[in-house]
Amino acid sequence: MTKKTHRGQPRIFRDPKAGPISRALPLFPLQPVLRRIVRHVTKIHPELFERLETGCFKTFLIDAKGIPFLLVLKPDPSNPTLVAKSRHDEVQYDVLVSGKFSTLLRMIDSKTDSDALFFNRDILITGDTEAILLLRNALDDLDTTLADDVATAFGPLAKPMRASINLANKITGARA
Amino acid sequence: MTLFEKPELVCPAGTPASLRTAVDAGADAVYCGFKGPTNARNFAGLNFTKAELSQSVKYAHDRDAIVLAAINSFPTAGRTDLWKKSVDDAVEIGIDAVIIADIGMAQYVAREHPNQRLHLSVQAGASSPEAINYYVEQFGVKRVVLPRILTVAEIKRVHDAIDCEIEAFVFGNIGMMAEGRCSLTNYVTGVSTNMDGVCSPASHVEYEPDEDDNLTTRLGEFAIDCISCGETAGYPTICKGRYDTAIKKNYYAFEEPISLNLTRLLPDLIKAGVTALKIEGRQRSRAYIKSVVSSFRQAIDAYAIGDEPDISELIALTEGGKETEGAFKSKTWR
Repeated sequence: MTKKTHRGQPRIFRDPKAGPISRALPLFPLQPVLRRIVRHVTKIHPELFERLETGCFKTFLIDAKGIPFLLVLKPDPSNPTLVAKSRHDEVQYDVLVSGKFSTLLRMIDSKTDSDALFFNRDILITGDTEAILLLRNALDDLDTTLADDVATAFGPLAKPMRASINLANKITGARA
Repeated sequence: MTLFEKPELVCPAGTPASLRTAVDAGADAVYCGFKGPTNARNFAGLNFTKAELSQSVKYAHDRDAIVLAAINSFPTAGRTDLWKKSVDDAVEIGIDAVIIADIGMAQYVAREHPNQRLHLSVQAGASSPEAINYYVEQFGVKRVVLPRILTVAEIKRVHDAIDCEIEAFVFGNIGMMAEGRCSLTNYVTGVSTNMDGVCSPASHVEYEPDEDDNLTTRLGEFAIDCISCGETAGYPTICKGRYDTAIKKNYYAFEEPISLNLTRLLPDLIKAGVTALKIEGRQRSRAYIKSVVSSFRQAIDAYAIGDEPDISELIALTEGGKETEGAFKSKTWR
């Protein structure tokens, strides 16, 4: 699944199981939504960056099983980005986290313990382990959930956004 | 009416949010550390600034909980100022007790802050009445955190021979080494568990999956385990790794990935004279804190009125999905 380059250096991910839906799926409508989410979350939680330390300058690749695209997070304080990438693309990353979308969402929202998920092999971490630990601890120190933050980010559109997350959660939780 | 005086439930916190979670879930006391090498959970992204700890102490005190500062690693020559500053900061903040392992720091607290309550960390490795009483007499230690190497009967004998309170671990990681003296991480990574406060630093840990979903765990340059597809995993520490030895191949030569769980022994520990029950896991998430603290709160309250507690939630949070009563029940559990 992953092709290792030099230890400690960025790696390249290419999904051998990328299906035709992934190739046909236009991602451009998603990008402004993701941009808005990451900018909003980092704006209302500036303390995230303090706990992220060197993790601010790493590339986090999120492989949510059952979702037809990949997510790439770069939490650089001067320009934080969250971008959707086709599963047919080769993506460079420092650390990869993969698991069911529903599992990852519960982890982000501190609804479930990430160490226990790792012990039970429900999530997989490869690459820069320190970077993902920094991100986990930074997110874990937030009292809000992603759903809460999406609600405040999109104002009147919060309800359909929340419904979309819940739907993806339900669908991927069932089939991934 | 309760059957016994309830022991203090001492819970871990690696972040301010975890501390609030522990207090809200029923902790009587929360222990935490400053960022940096002065405490034994110096992991990436974890621990408190002085300002964060100050706010957290206020949060706890407002809810009748207390906060203990773990300053329980060992400063090497030339580095003691950082440990002294941590002690001074903790005292200034109004911390309820300082947990110390290093004998020099115990002396510093006793001399510079004689009114500060002092606890002896498990890292000090004091397990005999002679050792414990020395700390009590010389530095005014009020409580000892016992190493996880004693049976309940031995704890009772220690209790009867010492002049301070006993705190005993009841859940979480089980330290197999003579505590405060393990050098395995240092040997492989050059970073010391005892002097830098970090066992298996994440910067030196790497997981390598193969095409069959087997997972190799590396620490530094060494493969310390290869977990087959479908097998549960543990922490990436040398003491939980598998090795080819003269006796056995692919063998947990030190200890299996497993967690301590003494829920069923709580009444015996209380009868043995244990004052405080400690949950391990400052490196764990808020979800763990909430679940474990709630379970133990409920267990203590249930036993106190003669009920059987429901502890079914805890197994999901154990390392490797396995639990043990370790040396507390028997010296030959493996």
